Formats: sequence, C-alpha cells, structure tokens
Amino acid sequence: MNWNDHLPALLLAVPLFGAFMAPIVCLFGKTLRNVLLIGISFVTMLVALLLWRNVLVGGIAVYVMGGESFNLTLPSGMALPIRIIMEVDAFSAFMVVCGSIASFAGALFSTNYMEKFSGIGRFVSLYFLLTLGMLGMMITGDFFNFFIFIEIASIASFGLVAFWRDKPEAVEAGLKYALVSQVGSMIFLIAAGSLYGKYNALNMAAIGSMLQFGVMEKLALVFIVGTLAMKCGSFPMHMWLPDAYAEAPSGVSCLLVAVSQASLYGLMRVCFSLYGINLGGSFIPWMIISMGLASMFFGVTMAVVQHEIKRLIGYHSVSQVGYMLLGLGVGLLVLTDARGMAEYGFTAMKGGIFHIFNYTMYKGLLFLAAGAIYYATGKRDLNEMGGLARRMPFTTAMFVIAAAAISGLPPFNGFVSKLLIYESVFAVHPALTVVALLTSVLTLASFVKVFQTAFLGPEKSVFTGVREVPSGMLFGMGVLTLAVLGATLFPSWTLSNLVEPAAKALVDQAGYIGAVMGGGL
Amino acid sequence: MRPLSIVVRTGCDLFAWFLVIFGSTIIIHGDVTPGGGFQGGAIVATFLSLLLVAYGGKKLLAWVNVGIFNGMLVFGLLAFFLLGFLGFPHSFFFNFLAVPHEIAQATGHGVIPPSGTIALMDIAVGLEVAGGLSLIVLSMFKGVRLFREEHFEEESGHDR
Amino acid sequence: MIGNAPFFVVGLLFLAGLVAIFMEKNLIKIAVAISIISSAVNLFLVALGYRAGGTIPVHYLAGEETLMVLPTPQAMTLTAIVIALATTALLLSLIMLVYRLYGTLDVDEIRRLRG
Repeated sequence: MNWNDHLPALLLAVPLFGAFMAPIVCLFGKTLRNVLLIGISFVTMLVALLLWRNVLVGGIAVYVMGGESFNLTLPSGMALPIRIIMEVDAFSAFMVVCGSIASFAGALFSTNYMEKFSGIGRFVSLYFLLTLGMLGMMITGDFFNFFIFIEIASIASFGLVAFWRDKPEAVEAGLKYALVSQVGSMIFLIAAGSLYGKYNALNMAAIGSMLQFGVMEKLALVFIVGTLAMKCGSFPMHMWLPDAYAEAPSGVSCLLVAVSQASLYGLMRVCFSLYGINLGGSFIPWMIISMGLASMFFGVTMAVVQHEIKRLIGYHSVSQVGYMLLGLGVGLLVLTDARGMAEYGFTAMKGGIFHIFNYTMYKGLLFLAAGAIYYATGKRDLNEMGGLARRMPFTTAMFVIAAAAISGLPPFNGFVSKLLIYESVFAVHPALTVVALLTSVLTLASFVKVFQTAFLGPEKSVFTGVREVPSGMLFGMGVLTLAVLGATLFPSWTLSNLVEPAAKALVDQAGYIGAVMGGGL
Repeated sequence: MRPLSIVVRTGCDLFAWFLVIFGSTIIIHGDVTPGGGFQGGAIVATFLSLLLVAYGGKKLLAWVNVGIFNGMLVFGLLAFFLLGFLGFPHSFFFNFLAVPHEIAQATGHGVIPPSGTIALMDIAVGLEVAGGLSLIVLSMFKGVRLFREEHFEEESGHDR
Repeated sequence: MIGNAPFFVVGLLFLAGLVAIFMEKNLIKIAVAISIISSAVNLFLVALGYRAGGTIPVHYLAGEETLMVLPTPQAMTLTAIVIALATTALLLSLIMLVYRLYGTLDVDEIRRLRG
C-alpha cells in the first residue's frame, strides 16, 4: 500500500484525529495538550508539503472516498461518478500549503498565548476542526461536500471568535458574524440544490462537463459568487471582518485569514473550472473586478483612521482581498480570448495567485505581532503605546518585515505580486492601476503610523516591566517570517515552482474535468 | 426550574427509560428503516430534557453524572474514526464488511447485516449524538442559572 | 401548475424569513427567522427529489416497482438539518451570553463595535 496515493485522505484524517483526541488528552495535563496541538499541526503541514510535491510531479491527484480502489471514479461503466471524490490539482495543492503553514504558526503561537484562560481543551478541538474545514474546502471535488466543509469551518470559527467569553465585544462580534454567515450558507445551499436538480450530479467535474448556460445557471452563479465573496470579506459584505478578526484570539486570527482564502479558492474554482468557457459573457468578471476595486479603496480609507491595532489590520485585510479579486477577475475576463490571455491575462492570474501566498504569510505575521504586543503590554490602543522597540527587539524586527511586505516596498514579496498585478491590469484600463497604486500608498502611510507610534519614540513609564514574549510565540512568528523571507529572497523559484503550475491548472478546465470523468488515471 | 406536580413526575417515571429504548431501536435499524445515527441520537437526548422539565434543575444536577455523556461522546467519535481507518488498503471509509445484494438474497446473512460498516457507524454516531446533545441541554441550562447566582469566576488571561 | 406548489411555498417561507431578519429588533426572533430560512431550503431539497408515482428508494423493500424517488436529496437534507441544529445551538448560546453581558436583547443597542 503506497502512502503517497492516500495523502488526500490523510490530509483530512490527521486534524480529525487531533480534534477527536483532544478531550481525552487534555485530561492528562497541560504539557501533553501542547504536544498534541503542535504535533498534529506539524504532521498536517508535512502531509500538505508531500501532497504538493506529488501533485507537481504526478499531475492531478484524485481520491475516491470509500471506493474499491482509491482512484476508481467511474466503477463498472457508470456514466457519472457516484462517491465523494477529492480532486487535488496544482492550485489546490498551493492553497493547502499556504493554509497548513498558517495553521502551524497559529498553533505554535497559541500554546503560550492562551495559557492563562480556562477551557483550552475545547479550544484545541475547535482549532483542529477549523483547520479540517479549511483543508477540506481546498481539496474537495464535490459541490455539496464543499458546502459541508464551509459549515464545519464556520461553526468552529463562531466558537473561536467568541472565545473570550466574558468580554462583551467578542461575543457581539461572534454573534454578528454568525448571523451573516448563516444566511449566506443557506443561499449557497439553494444554489447547490438547484444545480443538482438540473444535472443530477453533485461532482464538480461532472457538472462542469454537462453545463449549459441558461437562466437557472445565471441565478446559481450569482448566489454562489455573492456568498463566497461575503466569506472572503469583499465590499459590500465586509462588515463582519474587522470585528471578528479583532476580537478573536491572535492565533485564531492567523488561521481565520487562511480560512477566508479558502472561500476565495472556492470562488475561483467555481468560476474557472465549473463554469469556465460557459461563463455567459463578461458581466461576472466585471462584477468581480469592481468588487475588488471597491474593497481596495474602502478598506484602506477606513483603515487609516483606526486607532486600535487589530481593527486596523482587519480593515487592511479587506483591501488586500481587493487585490486578489482584481488580479483573478482580469484573468477571468480574458479566459476565452487566447491573445488577451497570453498578453496580460496569465500575468494577472500569476500576480493574484502569488498575492494569495504573500497575503496569508504577512497578514498572519501582522496579527501574531499585534497579539504579542497585547500579551506583553496589556494594551490595545495606539494612543497609549510608545517606545516598545528597546524592550521587544524580535517582535519589532518581524513587524517591520511584515509591514514592509504589505506596503509593497521592494525587495519584499509584496512588491513582486503587486507589480505583476499593476502591469497586467493596466492593459484592461489604466484607471484600475491608478486605484491599486493609491491603495498601496495609503497602506504604506498607515503602517508607518502604526510602527512609529507603537515601537519608536520615547518609552512610556508604564512599560518599564515589559519583556520579550515567550519562546513559543516567537517560534510561531518565526515560521511565518521564514516564509516571507523565502519568497523575498527566491522570487523566481517561487514564481516558477509554486505559482505558475497553479495558474496553469486553474485555466485548464478540460484537464480538471478529464481527471475524474476519464475513469481516473 | 421548580419540579412540576406529582402527576407529571409519575408520567416521567413511567416513560423516561422507554425513550432511550425507542431511540436505540431507531439507531440500530438505521440501515433498513428511515432513521439512523443522528435521528436516534436526538431521541435519546430527549431523555435528559424530560427529566429536566419534570424534576427541576437542582435535583437533576445533583443526580446526573456528566462524565458518562462525555465518555459516550468521545467513544462514538473515536469508533467512527477507527471504522473509517480500517478500510485502508482500499481507501478511507471503505465498506469492508458489506455483503452484495445477490449473495444476501440467496444465502441469508449472519449476525452482521449486509450493509456492513454502515450499521456500525450508525451505532457510533448515535452514541456520539446522544452524548453531545445531552451535554448541550445541560450546559444551556447551567447557563440560565448563571443569571441568578452571579457565580462567575473572574477570568484574567485575555487582553482587555 | 399544482405540481409546483411546494416550490411556491419554499419561496414564500424564504422571503418571510429574510424580511423578518431585516425588520425584527429582538435577537431571539432573528434566530427563529434563520430557522425558518433553513426549513425553506430543506423543503426545497426534498421537493427536488420527488418523482410522481415513485416509491421508497430501497431495493428489497420496493418490490416490483421500478420508479423510485431520488434518495440523494434526502441525504443532503438530513445533513443540512444536522448542520442547522449545531448552528442554532451555538447561536442561542451566544445570544444568552450577549443578554448576560449587555443586559438587553435589542439589536439597536448592541453596538459597542463601530467605526
């Protein structure tokens, strides 16, 4: 039995095992619980990296849950696949790598950050369920299974956002997030049900091969785009995002960033591989591009005036999601136009996909650094801080790296992905590039303000007892810093090995359908 | 919550354990009748709600042992995971105990029903749902009592 | 036309739930409205699978009939009901905590996070 074939199932089984074992292990003491948290996250990251290497070498990996052989998708001459099938192509493998690195960093951080609070056994269970939901969203090939994993991730995140149970703002943020998210999920289920009713298939590849664009498909696409854009946090459905990200514990905020990216993955999977050439004109791509522009602009203008650190970083999340929607929307616009795709569309998609990796790494690092500041000083408000650089050198250094990356300063990785987006989007309309550049300038302005206020300047007298944060938190931040520096120092390796296969796999709808409908390879 | 009158309490005494038996029937026959793990588990969880309504909170919390429900929950979860894992040379969640339809009609099956691991997973899920939903009912009831008693240990470990 | 009656009911229930979410001020009523929307979607899924004159979709209980209703929407509906149950339990617990911490259930007054 070759373990390499069973890696998609192992990727889901390992966090599931961690979530189910957590209540028992927590009876045996704190050390064993920390070992479980760090160990299972590390094994998940290893499985994700092995799966990525397999997919790069061997093509699309298909896994049939409960089938007689792991890749027997069409048993005994059936015309449609009948079981739940996981389908991992290069874009899924790329997202899985991003998500598992974010999960590992958050787990390392949470071992020290949460230690004084009660109920950490349930926290570990919920954390692994959130990881499971995120990873399941990224590798599944079945439309209703995608809904199931969205719900698993959502329910776990409601509990985790409201985890500081005696703090009124946290419970309010969790409640409002829950209301909006639940309505969105019900709308998504209507779209899934109506697609099933017409085509009698739940598998994404099967629906993709049979789809003909009509009124019902138009409605279903609008529902799906609306719900998944709500879960990414794009304007105008972004109201929950700054509240939820700010009030959650910082390790959880780091993971929630990756969970929003999983919804972005779902949006792109539906638009590129399910609808693809049957997208029915250029209305939906222009809709995605305008939502991206609005998110960029409104996110950063609201962020500049905030004075609480995590809320400011949450508003910047909204604007960064706008970059990704812009890049991928331009790619979707020229999907059927071969010349446009070769000239600027493929570059836009590479920029958008590289920005997903960069954004997950530096935004996670920003949230963890903000959490480190809270842990050390006990304060959230920028008006009360100052001069922390002497006492917390490592945190300062990592915060500088993350702030430079998000502002798009050369030579950091944020600059590379933003440059790819600027130069390709310019060919569609110059005004798009102008908005993107303006956003980048305002991002730099607000992070200069944060860095100068919190870290530089004279030290306040209340901070004489502040020490550097414990080593678990430093290791967690270090993992993400390594990823950011890796993408900074080796941009061409990252672009050609990580991003380009993902962009090629996303554009290739026929390959995605053929891997399942061809009986498995 | 105060205990209700003697009539209600006697009715509860007569019917409470039958609820558990009825729920178990629905769990165990889940592969041939409408029913199965979740439905039967929800019915078994109503045992605790009936006791709560009839006898009142103070007596129930003194009588109930939360460890049993925690144990059912964890046992059900781990049994489900193990049954999925045992199918491994073929694939995850493979039904390695299933008997095909023709053989079952021809020879008649033994103790294990022809649906294989589906029946065993039904029992595991039923145990888990029963434990989980009972814990939810108990925790929400304890949350209601917190309004009156103001007994709430001061948490300090988070950022404020 | 009469065969489409379940779908009209689905539309009415969904609209009723959606209007209630926007108009209501009490948090418990909003939770009930979300439950109504879940019921509408589950009814939609079950009504999709019906075939006129079909029987139980189990091979050795159906006897001689060959036209069966579709079993997949029934599985989808069960899963959706379980998920809605878990979400409702969590939502109600959060509402209880909000009542304890804020002292009110009015949506207009639970607004400490703004700007």
